[in-house]
Amino acid sequence: MNDLSIFIVGAAGEGIQTIGDVVARTLLQGGISVFTSKEYESRIRGGNNSYRIRASGPNAPRHDADVILALNSVAVAHYENTASSNCLVLGELSPGGEGIAIPFQALAKEQFGSPLYANSIAAGALGAVVGLSQDNLGDVIRERFAKLSDAVLQRNIGAIRMGYEKASENLDASQAISLETSDRAYTFASVHEIIPLAATAAGCRFMAAYPMSPSTGIMTAFAKDPELGVFVEQAEDEIAAINMSLGASAAGARAMTATSGGGFALMTEAVSLAGMTETPLVIVLAQRPGPATGLPTRTAQEDLTFAIRGGHGEFPRAVLAPSNPQDAFHVTLRAFALADRYQMPVIVLTDQFLADAHFSVPDFEIPEYAVPAGLADPADFKTYHRYAITEDGVSPRLTFGQSEHLVVIDSDEHTEEGHITEDLETLRPAMVEKLLEKARRLKREMTMPDAYRTEGAEIVLISWGSTRGAVREAVDLLRNRDRKVGSLHFTDVWPLPQLTLPDHVVYWTVEGNATGQFAQLLQAEWGTPIIGKIERYDGMPIDAASIVAELTGDESEASA
Amino acid sequence: MIPMERYRSTAENQWCPGCPNFGIQTALKRALGELDLEPHQICLVSGIGQAAKTPHYIAANVFNGLHGRSIPAAIGIHMANPELKTIVTSGDGCIYGEGGNHLLHAFRRNPDITVIVHDNQIYALTKGQGSPTTRRGEKTRFQFDGVKTDPAQMLATAIVHNCTFVARGFTGDIDGLAKILKRAVAHRGLSLVDVIQPCITWGNHPVEWYSERAVPIPEDHDPADRDRAISLALEVPDRFPIGVLYEQEPRETFGETYRQIYGAQALFMIPPIERSTIAGKLEKLCIGAKI
Repeated sequence: MNDLSIFIVGAAGEGIQTIGDVVARTLLQGGISVFTSKEYESRIRGGNNSYRIRASGPNAPRHDADVILALNSVAVAHYENTASSNCLVLGELSPGGEGIAIPFQALAKEQFGSPLYANSIAAGALGAVVGLSQDNLGDVIRERFAKLSDAVLQRNIGAIRMGYEKASENLDASQAISLETSDRAYTFASVHEIIPLAATAAGCRFMAAYPMSPSTGIMTAFAKDPELGVFVEQAEDEIAAINMSLGASAAGARAMTATSGGGFALMTEAVSLAGMTETPLVIVLAQRPGPATGLPTRTAQEDLTFAIRGGHGEFPRAVLAPSNPQDAFHVTLRAFALADRYQMPVIVLTDQFLADAHFSVPDFEIPEYAVPAGLADPADFKTYHRYAITEDGVSPRLTFGQSEHLVVIDSDEHTEEGHITEDLETLRPAMVEKLLEKARRLKREMTMPDAYRTEGAEIVLISWGSTRGAVREAVDLLRNRDRKVGSLHFTDVWPLPQLTLPDHVVYWTVEGNATGQFAQLLQAEWGTPIIGKIERYDGMPIDAASIVAELTGDESEASA
Repeated sequence: MIPMERYRSTAENQWCPGCPNFGIQTALKRALGELDLEPHQICLVSGIGQAAKTPHYIAANVFNGLHGRSIPAAIGIHMANPELKTIVTSGDGCIYGEGGNHLLHAFRRNPDITVIVHDNQIYALTKGQGSPTTRRGEKTRFQFDGVKTDPAQMLATAIVHNCTFVARGFTGDIDGLAKILKRAVAHRGLSLVDVIQPCITWGNHPVEWYSERAVPIPEDHDPADRDRAISLALEVPDRFPIGVLYEQEPRETFGETYRQIYGAQALFMIPPIERSTIAGKLEKLCIGAKI
């Protein structure tokens, strides 16, 4: 069979992550693609959380489960409404509950003397239900727990077997699931795992950041892997983080920072500083629902307008929104290249969904890339002015101590040399025009949206950032029903590329916010008439089924 | 010894005629000259305020950033290029007020930079409001019936956090200030110099009032004596003991672990990681069928 959706549900600290990882890796070792996503509460222990595995399906979230593995009975009740029509529930069920009841905790204590083995029993049970081999599960356990003593490892293998057998005994032949194995291999990664690697490839050497969900994984990746050679500092706040990164960049280091909405709010004064001082900087803005603290561990696309507009005054910037790990590699390289080329801030807009979801990417490709040119050659100048007026608005960049040329960088309106000026007649207009010229040239470099099955389409879904997988899946589902639907997916969301959209098509936007921020942007920039808006703002990622439901529900009315 | 003329800047000066900032500028130039630091080996960093314009008036590299944020910017600059002498020169409102949190954490990090605070106990550029160091009871153009808070004791705070060089200078003694600044810039680790200066436009006291209170630190003071250094620091605002309050042997500085691997070279000099290294890291993320 294809497209199996498994939800592992339980409280934080019960081990859903471990079980999910073991099962996902075992599936992958069978050459079966998996897409996993996480959904959790902002707490360290307890609550209702899920680890979701979609096997042999697209890299996109599914809202419903074909198999639910429950680590406690409260979770069963909480996730009941996500069950698909033939959903199989197994695990810690309440008495009389429908499904295969296996008391993982009690068995672990009774048979292995410790509740610690409950996870392996659960992984074994789930493995049996989804048709994995015991041997493969055991191999993954051995790999994952290589540091454990042999005795503990053996007990875990025993626990896997016990769970496997308990589930097998209770499984009807009609419930058997068999996923087709293959000889394929996949790069199994999240967008936030790829960004640090791509940043390193681009020559990044400095990052200061303040921990904030869902951005924290990026700074942690550099701290964990000294081989990447990126100096990473945990700043006292986001204001310090961005000012340190800007200082490092001004001194010639390729630098970045990462944060979420609240942290970006603190950073905006320095975003404007990057614009005024023409200092390159890459900022990852990992979105979560707001306002204020909002839902710290959930997902949203609510900060698009903020990313585009945040910061006082007028200056060029680019905002790029990757949609998957392969895309994130390209986007990150481009972010550093654009920041370097135009000496400006570039924002990479991700979200909690992209931070946590793991995609199976076949044939992950490192694109051909050149590390950005960076600093100019001091020998090219007899006298040097940091803000020299040039035709393209870009002044050749030298840095402090690179040569005997002095470099003066100023947040005030400045002369070409970099000193404070209040010359309103000549210099101020010239400096504003310089920034505008950079913005004009940047706009010509922005990439076109990705068109998917738009030939003959009567309705085109317009989306950006993390929703690409779900939208493509929705287009496929609708095409299967003979609906003439296609999609246009934007990665470059600011500035928008120069493009005229055909006007014989009905446009719908799909985005993770309540006010249609991208729809508003399209209307303001291009005057695109948006007939329908599919907006999700409950903290969960958009999935194909919900797009199809909204579109088909309103389709007749929309096209009337 | 580099002559003072070498540090002459072409920028138009915007200070009030007779401002003690000129004295700090002179003392700093003299200290830099005596340390044989060429203009291109120096990076002057500031925030916003009249004091924060100092970098423009000394020929050197300049990063004049945001109000209150000179210290994090200086830390980034220093980390990106430790071969530069990175010196923050900004006012009490900028460093103690808007940027107070950054100073506190700079004590903990101990970057090898110098922080010079032009401490005139007033917000001058915004025309006369109280600053974090204004004395309780003093009337200002905002605190019309007198300041109702106690002044921040940042030098004592610095000593408590083992900032290894803490000094106070006075614009009435430029020779003495130049000597202090020379020691501060040469010191390895964070050095903090608070410079007491009258504001000749908005200040409440004439220069003489300051001269009477700016007393030299007793000759028998041992700068390694932490308790006495704190007591001397806390004599402010009744008296301003001038000199080096606290000096310790250098301790581990910011970024040293990284620098043990990469040396003191600027980060832009280090070649980027090889493509093959990145490919290797990606390979580790690859999982597939066992053949």
